[in-house]
Amino acid sequence: MIKKWTFLTSVMALLLILTGCEPLLVLDPKGPQAERQASDIMLSIGIMAVIVIVVMVMLGYILIKYRASKQSEDYEPPHLEGNKWVEAICVGIPVLIVAYLSFVSVQSNYIVESAPEGYEEQEPLVIYASSSNWKWHFSYPEQGVETVNYLYIPTDRPIEFKLYSYGPITSFWIPQLGGQKYAMSDMVTTLHLAADSPGEFMGRNANFSGKGFAENTFNVTAMSQDDFDEWVDEVHETAEPLTESEFQQLLEPGHLGQMTFTGTHLEFSPAPEHNHGTNTDSDTNAESEDHSSHHEHHSTDESEHTDHSGH
Amino acid sequence: MEFFERFAIPHPSPAIYASMVAIAVVSIGIVVGLTYFKKWGYLWREWLTTVDHKKIGIMYLISALLMLFRGGADAIMMRAQLATPDAKLLDAQHYNEIFTTHGVVMIMFMAMPFIFAFMNLIVPLQIGARDVAFPRLNALSFWLFFVGAMLFNISFVIGGSPDAGWTSYFPLAGNDFSESVGTNYYMLALQISGIGSLMTGINMCTTILKMRAPGMTLMKMPMFTWSAFIANIIIVFAFPVLTIALLMGTTDRLFGTHFFATTNGGMDMLWANFFWIWGHPEVYILILPAFGIYSEIISTFSRRNLYGYKSMVASMVLISLLSFLVWTHHFFTMGQGALTNSIFSITTMAIAVPTGVKIFNWLFTMWKGKIRFTVPMLYSVAFIPLFTIGGVTGVMLAMSAADYQYHNTMFLVAHFHNTIIPGVVFAMLAGLTYYWPKFFGFMLNEKIGKSTFWLLTVGFVLAFFPMYITGLDGQARRMYTYSEATGFGPLNMVSFVGAALMAIGFVTIVYNVYYSYKNSPRNIGSDPWDARSLEWATHTPVPEYNFARIPQISSSETFWDSKKNGHQLFKGELKEIHMPNNSGVPFIMGVIFFIAGFSFVFALWVPAVIALIGILVCLALRSFEQDHGRHISVEEIKETEAKIGGAK
Repeated sequence: MIKKWTFLTSVMALLLILTGCEPLLVLDPKGPQAERQASDIMLSIGIMAVIVIVVMVMLGYILIKYRASKQSEDYEPPHLEGNKWVEAICVGIPVLIVAYLSFVSVQSNYIVESAPEGYEEQEPLVIYASSSNWKWHFSYPEQGVETVNYLYIPTDRPIEFKLYSYGPITSFWIPQLGGQKYAMSDMVTTLHLAADSPGEFMGRNANFSGKGFAENTFNVTAMSQDDFDEWVDEVHETAEPLTESEFQQLLEPGHLGQMTFTGTHLEFSPAPEHNHGTNTDSDTNAESEDHSSHHEHHSTDESEHTDHSGH
Repeated sequence: MEFFERFAIPHPSPAIYASMVAIAVVSIGIVVGLTYFKKWGYLWREWLTTVDHKKIGIMYLISALLMLFRGGADAIMMRAQLATPDAKLLDAQHYNEIFTTHGVVMIMFMAMPFIFAFMNLIVPLQIGARDVAFPRLNALSFWLFFVGAMLFNISFVIGGSPDAGWTSYFPLAGNDFSESVGTNYYMLALQISGIGSLMTGINMCTTILKMRAPGMTLMKMPMFTWSAFIANIIIVFAFPVLTIALLMGTTDRLFGTHFFATTNGGMDMLWANFFWIWGHPEVYILILPAFGIYSEIISTFSRRNLYGYKSMVASMVLISLLSFLVWTHHFFTMGQGALTNSIFSITTMAIAVPTGVKIFNWLFTMWKGKIRFTVPMLYSVAFIPLFTIGGVTGVMLAMSAADYQYHNTMFLVAHFHNTIIPGVVFAMLAGLTYYWPKFFGFMLNEKIGKSTFWLLTVGFVLAFFPMYITGLDGQARRMYTYSEATGFGPLNMVSFVGAALMAIGFVTIVYNVYYSYKNSPRNIGSDPWDARSLEWATHTPVPEYNFARIPQISSSETFWDSKKNGHQLFKGELKEIHMPNNSGVPFIMGVIFFIAGFSFVFALWVPAVIALIGILVCLALRSFEQDHGRHISVEEIKETEAKIGGAK
């Protein structure tokens, strides 16, 4: 038994050395949501480690003390029924732990499902992130920009991702900014993220979606609001507009590099509504109008944000 | 020619052609061997037509071991492909097929028959019955499972394997994104074996409720029987959901319905909900009987009664109820909002409480005991800390906000292997070693058994613990490759080494069976482990009628009482024993189900309709059949008893 535990410890030590050089992505948060999740993870690892250690110590003690080779030939173990107090403790302590973790979990649920902490006051930047086999399309209705397989975001501003899919269920995930959420073809889901500091992050589809799944990744670059605005201006000067036929070609299964367009596909291929794809044509048109008015609303607000960005 | 093209493999590779040749050679070998040794009659009389729960149990056991190697081969290929960055061993399509079949084979065709094997072998003996309640239905259950497994396994040489994951989420599993017949195989094979499982559930519940020996109240049942009882109740409630979901999926794929489509009012997430309403109880169907086996083994080798019998039962009942209230935790990230996630987060964490009670009860069973480190006990001792780690990582996953980061990553893969391997697989191997002498009349070699144990345990730790780390580092599951820049390489290599050790460990089990068959002594008596419950009270090998006289029960450890406290187990005169007749109908129905399943997979409507009519004819014939079974005379019983060790 002792041999076994020394072995296990050395294995764990080895793993720590192997990974010690760089912090793990999930535990190296760059935004408030990922931070909350990382702190939940560390908290639960701590509590769980105590439980595992308690069980292991009890087991080790019992195995060493009551092994047959240590006892006399004629020792006959007693007949013991359950003891009320022992069982009450065995139920009570786990109940307390679970109750505490439930409390934390519920609290965190509401936090990650709303605007990032510290950014509640700001108007969020809305980005539509849609997946097709096996690419990501990012539409910035407010800026009139669309990119493929890369994402530029301003720091210190809440970002509201509207997720949906042109195909199988995918899952939009930028580990260092926050946890993932599904993108589905018959409804739009919302993910709230924010980046605290500039940097480059890995983003990917985490949900298996067929042959090209492994390479279904995108690059995320967070930059200051000024740099972001500069990039938007540059796109408007250099990029071609996105046409409907071009977009249809982009949707064909396969992999593409990074691409940039002006205008968004939302204008001719709007995001699905929550009523599971039963829209009639007139509904769809009405929606796209809704979207554009929504965008105008954002762009009028934009100047305000720029003013606030100094805070 | 066009007709035959549909049977071709969409993505052939040398390995698949080699497998085709191997399958052909083995099949011809079996046929030639059976003919040469004139064993066709023996095979038909003793096995294909048997309704004896012990023989059916042994057939489940053999099937489970075969499938363990099939699923294991898939696993080692996956680990080899991921061992180094940018590896070219498998392409994306093959990798997708392999992880799909690995999951399905291991859950449906390895773990399920393994627990059914033990339920069949042990439950009637533990309750002092002569067979299950419906022996012929039991045979049908086995053959449905078996042909389901065979149907699934031929997919990779005829028409192509399923490739949408063992969860087979729509719309990926729909015709638009999975064009090959692979997913049809998935739907039909699971449907057929699932019907078999449902019938086993009904059969076992009836057996346990109606056929216990006199004196055995529910609270005097041995713990394995309790666990089997609860697992079968879960089966009865959970499997109909799978049946209907698979039926809807099949009609979506074959008849153009839109249940799970994303257009015309269909709803893709409906499949995910149905799948996990069955799928989560399914994991408890697997783990509860494993808990039962551990309870028997820990108690026997600690020479102690099971501590906290009542709380053990209560915790299993609670787990079975909670198991139906947690399915949404498989997709916290679907976007159903904070309230729903909070509710399911709490119900999921609540399962930790009854499970914790069980862990402590096992510890207290060893307390003041006299612990012998036999092979079954080694598995049980390793199970406690390893399963605790699997359990607490489950609690971590249950924290839904944090789950947004764990979901779909190797962390999750590490967690569920961490519960299934030390939980279910170790229990099955412990049970295999523990019960082997009861059914085969000799012990498995302890020394080889211990090396198997160490290879598997060390291999397990090396293979799966690194995944917790790569998961937190952003390695998604089901990726067929990754770039060097991700830094996942070294830890995946460690995983591969662990998987290789486990593979060697599983091979040593086969070697152990061969070695022990050759060398183990046969004079081991009927109670080689000095055990406590009723299954050890009858002879080894077990006569077909199990007990010459029905035992009288005093406690949950009646056999121990009879050994130590002078309880008289068998009273009264020998009487004629009523036994069921063998029947070839279950096997024939199995074959017809196979034809029906295969025809549906390839949309061959004529044979499909003929096969369905054949099934109905079998059912109708059965309901008009008069079969009152047969009687074994007192003389015959005396003769058998004298031959296998004197009447007890």
